Amino acid sequence: MNTLVDIRRLKKHFPIRGGVLRRPIGAVKAVDGVSLTIKRGQWLGLVGESGCGKTTLAKTVVRLLRPTSGHVYFDIPDAPKAQIEALESADKNSRELASLLKENDLATFSGHRVQLFRRRAQLVHQDPFTSLDPRMKIKNTVAEPLIIHRVLSGQAQQTAVKDLLTRVGLSAGQMERYPHQFSGGQRQRIAIARALATKPEFIAFDEPTSALDVSVQAQILNLLKDLKKEFGLTYLYITHELLIAESVCDYIAVMYLGKVVEMGRPEEIFHTPRHPYAQSLVAATPVPDPARRVGRIVLPGEVPSPANPPPGCTFHPRCSRASKECHELEPPLEPVGGDHYVACFHPL
Amino acid sequence: MKDLIRIRDLSVRFYTYEGVVHAIDDLDLDIRQGETLGIVGETGSGKSMTALAILRLVPYPGKIESGSIVFCDRDSGGEVELLKLREDRMRAIRGNKISMVFQEPGAALNPVYTIGDQISEVFLLHRRQELGRRARERVDNLLNDGNGFGAGLKRPFWHWQSRIYDKIAEEPHALEPRLLSHIPLFRRLLWRLKDEASLLTVDMLKDVEIPDAARVAAEYPHELSGGMKQRAVIAMALACSPELLIADEPTTSLDVTIQAQMLELFRRIKADKGASVLFVTHNLGVASEVCDRVAVMYAGRLCEVCTVEELFLHPLHPYTRALLDAVPMPGKELQTIPGALADALNPPPGCRFHPRCPSATPLCQQERPKLKAVAKDHMVACYLF
Repeated sequence: MNTLVDIRRLKKHFPIRGGVLRRPIGAVKAVDGVSLTIKRGQWLGLVGESGCGKTTLAKTVVRLLRPTSGHVYFDIPDAPKAQIEALESADKNSRELASLLKENDLATFSGHRVQLFRRRAQLVHQDPFTSLDPRMKIKNTVAEPLIIHRVLSGQAQQTAVKDLLTRVGLSAGQMERYPHQFSGGQRQRIAIARALATKPEFIAFDEPTSALDVSVQAQILNLLKDLKKEFGLTYLYITHELLIAESVCDYIAVMYLGKVVEMGRPEEIFHTPRHPYAQSLVAATPVPDPARRVGRIVLPGEVPSPANPPPGCTFHPRCSRASKECHELEPPLEPVGGDHYVACFHPL
Repeated sequence: MKDLIRIRDLSVRFYTYEGVVHAIDDLDLDIRQGETLGIVGETGSGKSMTALAILRLVPYPGKIESGSIVFCDRDSGGEVELLKLREDRMRAIRGNKISMVFQEPGAALNPVYTIGDQISEVFLLHRRQELGRRARERVDNLLNDGNGFGAGLKRPFWHWQSRIYDKIAEEPHALEPRLLSHIPLFRRLLWRLKDEASLLTVDMLKDVEIPDAARVAAEYPHELSGGMKQRAVIAMALACSPELLIADEPTTSLDVTIQAQMLELFRRIKADKGASVLFVTHNLGVASEVCDRVAVMYAGRLCEVCTVEELFLHPLHPYTRALLDAVPMPGKELQTIPGALADALNPPPGCRFHPRCPSATPLCQQERPKLKAVAKDHMVACYLF
């Protein structure tokens, strides 16, 4: 499997402005140094609580937001990446580096290049009640990417829209309707059809089922599974429910306060979590099985503000294993066997 | 165990322009003393409406059409028919004997009052006598201990206050304090009531494990995080030690780790106060964590009522089984329920689940299955059993 998306030391800070001149007086560090790779055909789950930066990460990866620093490579061979790394450590201001970045790094793209990229990568938003234009018929909503990217027009476009809608489980007769005539699950299907319109290779899902009922959620997840197999897609799937990530994803990254604290295969994360945060997240997840009521770890306190994260390991104020080291130094993400990575000085 | 709430043949209908929506259709449900009863179901199954109907808070254009809700008061031992109660009597029960925690803590709190003010209000409404008694004790202490010139000047006022608070302690709406409360300047004599209420409020906030309770009481809702707000709302609901606490999806808007803290809190409340909890949720995992018994609802009707263990180990109703199969679990293939949720305006005849049911018979299409007991503490509304 080759790498499709390669995220390196990605940061996205939002300035907090204050004073009369609206100068930046601080920054919300939504994503603070995340390195991740998504392999072609992988279903990567990104798990974390609200405010940990998972949505910002997804939006930055599909370039709806411009990163503050770091690189995002989309379908770039290893050679230029290594060259960039080498040049960066040698001379940050070299002209060669600038031209290489312009060629390869998604973070520097603008205008036409971004649009070309977006044909290949799409995003499905969280809330299907706000992500669809209420005044557009759904056939127009689904056709819009085809128009913007000038993929198809005329009769072919209409046929494509019909095919897309039937593929996601809606009937062609519903094409003329407006979003309010559909239920939540159906609307999410429309949003998925819209994302599929340009035949992308990569789709980022931002909690696509959090507004839906369990039975509808299962339908959507099964649909995503089928679509992935059929079109050979790569998914970045954001969720706050560990059970979903565990049951559908191939690989899981756990985020806490703008950083990835643990990465691994689902069974590793679920059965042998190594980071204390991942462990308590697993323990806090309500499992529909009354026999599992015991052995819960209730984390004290709340997630600190990303505008003013604690120094050192960001999790140390809530961690039971925190030592002096954790207060001062930031633990690096290190492999602990196989594909399992943990950012902790005292892994379990 | 004795019943606390007995719901019989409850029907709630919404008269909309499109037609009549049967939000709840002939519901029979008991809530026992000291238990946590969960109501689970999908959107539009009528679970929240059941909770609101108990408090008679069904919003317009909804109407409680028929049925009875009997509340068996544990303290007095009397039985009250809630649906026939006069509005002012009902108001004395709401927030006092039966209280509610809503889904969105941000929307449940008033943004322009401090947390302390809002919780104090509960005491000022329902615990006036107790506040009067406590205030009188405080004034009496001042009368006994007060020395010096300042105390000499204040003494007549203290005597007056003592008399007023005594009246309030006897009769919460006595004439003299009521009149005084309308006269500027003189109404200040009653300030100790609010003072006592805010002291009780801080105790209440400590009870729900809010750190630095005195500071939080002086803060406005926007200054608190979601978890803290929900704790404050729970404190408000628990202020009068209710016999029934209705929690309508109290953890839905919270994060998993905060949700775990809340569930722990609910468990502790039940153990400490012995109150019954009606826990409305769509999350089967949450239900399995806190509930003793669970009622599964579909399209305004009950499908199955049983203990949690029974629900997860031996689910009987086809809908319950399908719902459990739809929950993502490690190492399990996701099953979906065919078809869509029953249309509320034109519900299918007979059993409302029959169009989606794998084992539907012609009988299911014609006649509605009655809820019947198949084992101890296990009731199912299905012709298969």
